[in-house]
Amino acid sequence: MTANTIEKTTVPTKPGSQIIVDTLLEHGVDVLFGYLGGVVLPLFDKLYDSPIRVVIPRHEQGGCHMADAYARSTGKVGVVVATSGPGATNLTTGLATAMMDSVPLVALTGQVRTELIGNDAFQEADTTGITRPITKHNVIVKNPNELAQTIREAFFIASTGRPGPVLIDIPVDMQIAQVPATPPQPLDLPGYRIRERGHARQISAAAEAVNSSQRPVLYVGGGVISGNASEPLRKLAKKANIPVTMTLMGLGAFDQNDPLSLDMLGMHGAAYANFAVQNCDLLICVGARFDDRVTGKLKAFAPNARVIHIDLDPSSISKNVPADIPVVGSARHVLTEMLELVEYKERKEWFDQIAEWKKRHPLRYNRNAKTIKPQYVIEELWKQTQGQAIITTGVGQHQMWTAQFYRFNRPRQFITSGGLGTMGFGLPAAIGAKIANPDALVIDIDGDSSFNMTLTELSTAVMYELPVKVCLINNGYMGMVRQWQELFYGKRYSCSSLKSPDFARLAEAFGAVGLRAEKKEEVPAVIKAMLAEKRPCVADFHVDPEENVWPMVPAGKSLHEMDGLDIFEMA
Amino acid sequence: MKHILSALVQNKPGVLAHVAGMFAARAFNIDSLAVGRTDDPSLSRMTIVVIGDDRVVEQVRKQLAKIVTVVKVQDFAGMDVVARDLMLISVACPPEKRPEILALVEMFQGKVVDIGSKFVMIEVAGPENKIEAFIEACRPYGIKNLVRTGTVAMARQSRVSAAENSDDGK
Repeated sequence: MTANTIEKTTVPTKPGSQIIVDTLLEHGVDVLFGYLGGVVLPLFDKLYDSPIRVVIPRHEQGGCHMADAYARSTGKVGVVVATSGPGATNLTTGLATAMMDSVPLVALTGQVRTELIGNDAFQEADTTGITRPITKHNVIVKNPNELAQTIREAFFIASTGRPGPVLIDIPVDMQIAQVPATPPQPLDLPGYRIRERGHARQISAAAEAVNSSQRPVLYVGGGVISGNASEPLRKLAKKANIPVTMTLMGLGAFDQNDPLSLDMLGMHGAAYANFAVQNCDLLICVGARFDDRVTGKLKAFAPNARVIHIDLDPSSISKNVPADIPVVGSARHVLTEMLELVEYKERKEWFDQIAEWKKRHPLRYNRNAKTIKPQYVIEELWKQTQGQAIITTGVGQHQMWTAQFYRFNRPRQFITSGGLGTMGFGLPAAIGAKIANPDALVIDIDGDSSFNMTLTELSTAVMYELPVKVCLINNGYMGMVRQWQELFYGKRYSCSSLKSPDFARLAEAFGAVGLRAEKKEEVPAVIKAMLAEKRPCVADFHVDPEENVWPMVPAGKSLHEMDGLDIFEMA
Repeated sequence: MKHILSALVQNKPGVLAHVAGMFAARAFNIDSLAVGRTDDPSLSRMTIVVIGDDRVVEQVRKQLAKIVTVVKVQDFAGMDVVARDLMLISVACPPEKRPEILALVEMFQGKVVDIGSKFVMIEVAGPENKIEAFIEACRPYGIKNLVRTGTVAMARQSRVSAAENSDDGK
């Protein structure tokens, strides 16, 4: 007997599929969202005996959004599995959504056998090629001995620094191969560095700028939420007495019921938020990236302000707006350090001015209308849930009204596709959030067009007995598209109206509960019934079809040039 | 303005695709790209020439550094660097023109690497402007074929240029 064969018989081996499951367990994975297919059968065979809960969506896109919302609502890494070819291509919308909003995901895709790669084999697609620009990192495993370590690296990369999705493409022969189980090795990532701690000199420069500022504004984004920095943010805003405005992704980072809250800024933000930004002398950006929906015309954005930009990702800093005081570091670390250095300033003039803007231009709608105004539904929902529900949305008008009229009070409460603007995100996201937070009330405020895109996941909610609610703002249009056609295309409603099914009856057909409100006076009772329901439930609100989202900064205008500020004065 | 970026990358499959894909996705223009192994077999060196104003190139540098498999990025702007291209050029060369062309090759410190009855293949290395000048000098004779590497570059350790680098034009 040679030394070689002795070694072979003494080192225990496992199939790669078991190594995958073991490494997922090593990272505390308790649930994954996955759809089967030929080249992931070995993996699913091992999942069958594992303690990991497997949730099967009806479409891989839905599964990816579920894992995404699982991650957003908890801060943990979401895991999604799909087969090769169409399974992997169906993931792409979900991966791009997670990439744009910096959500930690690990996606595992099956791939055809190694020797078939490049042969146009059945269900083959170049998954790493397709997903390269929509993942933080991706890799194909070609040596089964590297499986475990690759998964370890994926979890590390996905969850650290600026989080994001990492995809591992695993040919089926890698899952079948017998490999020795290896304990974790040090990660081999010489090119991956994170600067959590901000530079002390930059931090003190930032604090000095805060202390000498007359009219400061904190402008905070999703980085505060993903970086678990809400508490230091609150303390800093309070201690230094600075008003706080949030991006869509930042909603929940600061309690909107706090008098220092300026609510959301940007294209459909509150006028008082936009006016404050345009008039401030110091803009303190934390974990946001000066997106075009936030800044309006870039050249005229915050014209009198010095800019402090705190971000974990150096490539976000000075990308769109040059930063006077750049601070590379985690929001949590930098804000905590700044907290020691800032002083309380009364800034009476500034707060008087803000109070006047708030008084003159509150977020509003016509409360006396006879039709169901969409804002009314959302406001009523906020009241009946005491503002405590976890809210997901699709994309469009209903999303903006939710951002305006559901007042969020804590991080990870509002789950929406901000960067990519993915219609159809709402329902699968609600399912993922509900699985992660079984005791929380989870409501998808959706539009009829968005809901139509992924409503098949109602079947998933029913199968797993997940009592998610869909609060449907049904106006029969792609509402935001219609609004732009009304305002900028001479009311020519080209292709923007949809014929939808009877959503309440459809819900019943799925085995969920269907409710409907067609009159304004029915709204409170229908919301009440929806909230009391123990099964998945769709409440279809037939709202005023041509209601617009106001106020609005038209594309290409400066942030303070808002339309629709006086639109309700006569009503 | 032209910037030479030097990126140390992990020698792994897919790295070139990550880098090239990032340039395409963010609409950055690559003027040239040269890749080769380093003395450490686990690392390769990419030399990338990009054209853009300082802000664009700063974004390029940051986005490059963000790629997980990219270990280190350096922008040579404002530094004293030795930058070289290598070219192989095949020029029409009937026997009566040989003395002229050979003199040209000598003048540019090139090398004749193949000679046929009608054409001569010449190897020229040097800074980009020298390569360009040589191409122009050959054009009247008729260029049959031309292949160039991208620029490779290295920062000087000392301020004193060695004699062999005197063709730098500095």
